[in-house]
Amino acid sequence: MPLTIGVPRETAAEEKRVATVPEVVEKLIKLGFAVQVESGAGDAANISDDAYKAAGAAIAEGAANLWSSSDIIFKVRGPSAAEVGLMREGSTLVSFIWPAQNPELLQQLAARKATVLAIDSLPRTLSRAQKMDALTSQAGVAGYRAVIEAANAFGRFFNGQITAAGKVPPAKVFIAGAGVAGLAAIGTAANLGAIVRANDTRAEVADQVASLGGEFVKVDYEEEGSGGGGYAKVMSEGFQKAQREMYAKQAREVDIIITTALIPGKPAPRLITAEMVRSMKAGSVIVDMAAEQGGNCELTEPGRAVVKHDVTIIGYTDLVSRLARQSSTLYSTNLFRLAEELCKTKDGIIDVNMEDEAIRGLTVIKEGNVTWPPPAPKPSAAPVAPAAAAQPVVAAKKSHGHGKGSAPASGTAVAMLFAAAAVIFWFIGAGAPAAFLGHFTVFVLACFVGYMVVWNVTPALHTPLMSVTNAISSIIAIGALVQIAPPLDIGLSRPDDWIRWLAVGAIVLATINMFGGFAVTQRMLAMFRK
Amino acid sequence: MSESLATVSYLGATILFILCLGGLSNPETSRRGNLYGIIGMSIAVLATVFGPHVGSSGYAWIIAAMVVGASVGIYAARTVQMTQMPELVALMHSMVGLAAMLVGFANYIDPGASAHMSGAEKSIHEVEIYLGILIGAVTFSGSVIAFGKLSGKISGNPLLLPARHWINLAGLLVVIYFGREFLHAHSVSDGMTPLIVMTVIALLFGIHMVMAIGGADMPVVVSMLNSYSGWAAAATGFMLSNDLLIVTGALVGSSGAILSYIMCAAMNRHFISVIAGGFGTTGGTPAAAGGAQPAGEVVPIIAPETAELLREAKNVIIVPGYGMAVAQAQHTVYEITKLLREKGVNVRFGIHPVAGRMPGHMNVLLAEAKVPYDIVQEMDELNDDFPKTDVAMIIGANDIVNPAAQDDPNSPIAGMPVLEVWKAKTSIVMKRSMASGYAGVDNPLFYKENNRMLFGDAKKMLDEVLLALKS
Repeated sequence: MPLTIGVPRETAAEEKRVATVPEVVEKLIKLGFAVQVESGAGDAANISDDAYKAAGAAIAEGAANLWSSSDIIFKVRGPSAAEVGLMREGSTLVSFIWPAQNPELLQQLAARKATVLAIDSLPRTLSRAQKMDALTSQAGVAGYRAVIEAANAFGRFFNGQITAAGKVPPAKVFIAGAGVAGLAAIGTAANLGAIVRANDTRAEVADQVASLGGEFVKVDYEEEGSGGGGYAKVMSEGFQKAQREMYAKQAREVDIIITTALIPGKPAPRLITAEMVRSMKAGSVIVDMAAEQGGNCELTEPGRAVVKHDVTIIGYTDLVSRLARQSSTLYSTNLFRLAEELCKTKDGIIDVNMEDEAIRGLTVIKEGNVTWPPPAPKPSAAPVAPAAAAQPVVAAKKSHGHGKGSAPASGTAVAMLFAAAAVIFWFIGAGAPAAFLGHFTVFVLACFVGYMVVWNVTPALHTPLMSVTNAISSIIAIGALVQIAPPLDIGLSRPDDWIRWLAVGAIVLATINMFGGFAVTQRMLAMFRK
Repeated sequence: MSESLATVSYLGATILFILCLGGLSNPETSRRGNLYGIIGMSIAVLATVFGPHVGSSGYAWIIAAMVVGASVGIYAARTVQMTQMPELVALMHSMVGLAAMLVGFANYIDPGASAHMSGAEKSIHEVEIYLGILIGAVTFSGSVIAFGKLSGKISGNPLLLPARHWINLAGLLVVIYFGREFLHAHSVSDGMTPLIVMTVIALLFGIHMVMAIGGADMPVVVSMLNSYSGWAAAATGFMLSNDLLIVTGALVGSSGAILSYIMCAAMNRHFISVIAGGFGTTGGTPAAAGGAQPAGEVVPIIAPETAELLREAKNVIIVPGYGMAVAQAQHTVYEITKLLREKGVNVRFGIHPVAGRMPGHMNVLLAEAKVPYDIVQEMDELNDDFPKTDVAMIIGANDIVNPAAQDDPNSPIAGMPVLEVWKAKTSIVMKRSMASGYAGVDNPLFYKENNRMLFGDAKKMLDEVLLALKS
């Protein structure tokens, strides 16, 4: 009996997202599930009931109806107490829960004997889990929207322009915190043409900032700010002082500041003081993406855009909902990937496999038993070790390559080589007749000439090189030519027929090579063009 | 033509041959280089035919033989497919080898050749004959087998006889023993037996050597045989006391040797271990040798999505491998490249030195498909550009883009220089299946988060991508 996935309408204020969009409904049905959607669930995200119907979902009238007849609930926000009451006993819920902040909710859900997968509790460092990472997908949307909000409030172009009416300088944007939201904001602002600077306490993100077209601004203080699991940690007093100076400097220079700094389980760090806001140019904009956790700016009013000291300070807490269609699509794709993991058999039955590291992390309640917090994840030593070990391999690589670039051989090696050569030369010189030595000289010199000439051949022409050397090695025909009919008979009986046939055979073979080799080389070289 | 005039002509030919190889340093000058080669060869042949060593009674024979050879050669050159170049080159090597053998035998039974020699000089002459035939025979049989392997007439898998190194050693000892017998022979008929026995052993050795080498080591083998054919010519030159042959043979020999070296360096392997054969079977089972099992999962995509990625990219690097040659996909690749370039996408090709079955194989295929050579770059030229690349498309290549070569010191291919495609924003691997590459190593690239797999025949898939790009 395949299970039914129910998608209720979000009840939280200002929440416009919906947990499943019609494209994903189709995919879920392919996995074997039945899907029902509460009437009006997608309205706020501009998705009509008809669209869901067309995708194959049933429409349920009223929340009570939907909750009681669904085996699995896909939701965005954690359920309210009223919603928990509607829930069928033993059913499964997938949504944001924030179990650390909402212990009572956890208890209520456990009382319903529910199985709850908190999408926010996904072990994010697991690369396999990234396709399910809704925090990342939603943060990306928020980062994008933050730039759009800033552009909306800002009175000038983002990109520099030279118009007939004069030159417009590009806007300068400073982004504090280069997490997912920050990086999305950097990319968006850079694409709009602004000069983008960014800072993060984790120095390792500098490359990511640069890759998106931003400039990483360093704090003039040595301290590593990675707090494990890809999050930042609280920094020391000395660092914070240096950081404040850097922010103050940026505040004076830039037109737009977007702050994204969050520390898990703690209020947002105060990065922008009232003093800094005062120092900004009139008409500047601050978008405080941490408004919900108290704000990175001292003057932020959560949920509102205010103008203080001629600076617009945007503290919207619903940035994601302001792009509801996009965020819903991404969120529902995350949930679909999770459904795939839960239902590997594609028969519409889920299996909450607690052996699976990703599923274990997500599951905060299993059949009424609170399983949060999960046991500490396996230390991620594995990726560290190869990284360290990789160093010598890379170093070794350098010493190979193209021969030309290699370091000169060590003195002893060269000396031994020379000694060996000297011995061989001495033997040859002592034993060989003069006529042979003449040829030998020619041979050795020719080897060196060949060596010098061939190193200059571009690798792209290695195939023509082989076919042309092939052609010229058919010079061996000369050896056969001189044997075919030597004019001076010195009176010896000579097996002429044998020699002639051998020589004719050799000439035929060598000429095939000679003509074939040159012709095919010509043909190939003619193809190389710009 | 007098003796001196012939010698001066030979000198001219030598210089032209050197210029010929020198011209290949750049595609611009390469066509002229080939012309130098043709002129040099014509001078050398004419100077010999009209020189003091050929009597007029031989002209009819020579003309007949050359007409036959020329027609066959030109016919072959006209009709060969560019994907068959490795086979053709191998076959041509075998002809040089066989010709060297025939010349050696003819020289030995010609009493005029050594009539005026005695003592050390005669011994040296006989050693030269012996070596010339030996190298010629190994080149001949080895090239025939290489031809068979490259054209698919013989399985590309290495054939590993038990105790194969001992067999080779025994062969070498027998050859040395008969070499001694040969030097002590008093008449031509006495010496003929050791000579023929040695020839048979050399032929068998050539077969055995190439049979033991696997498909992807072919670039090394082909360039090595190229080198041998040069040494065979040089040995013949010593035998006939002809400096032109010696110089030309040495040029070709060192050229082939350098190519072999470059190919070996590109695989981070020693020449000896390639020649000893049986890659991947000596150091334990390769599957178990891969220290870390790749984590993560394979994300397949379909052709229209690939087209979508390409259309939105600004920088694209295409990495072709042997799979492209097998599928004959180079023309479609060019169509896609042209389309993307018209849209302002910066498309380049990244060529690994050992991609394909002979050195420079990919370059020739792309040139045939009219891809401009200035966007076809070597591994070293563009390896640093991958982080700035939006899409890296890998067509029928595997080991040359394996990150394990850098990350995993236990990997059988550790230390081999590879194209760092995984540093691109997205990499797309076109492959028929998940089967591992020649080295038998799993490729962690396929499991990377930013990698996509496009399964199917390269030609068919690229046609679909092209169609999607056009629509």
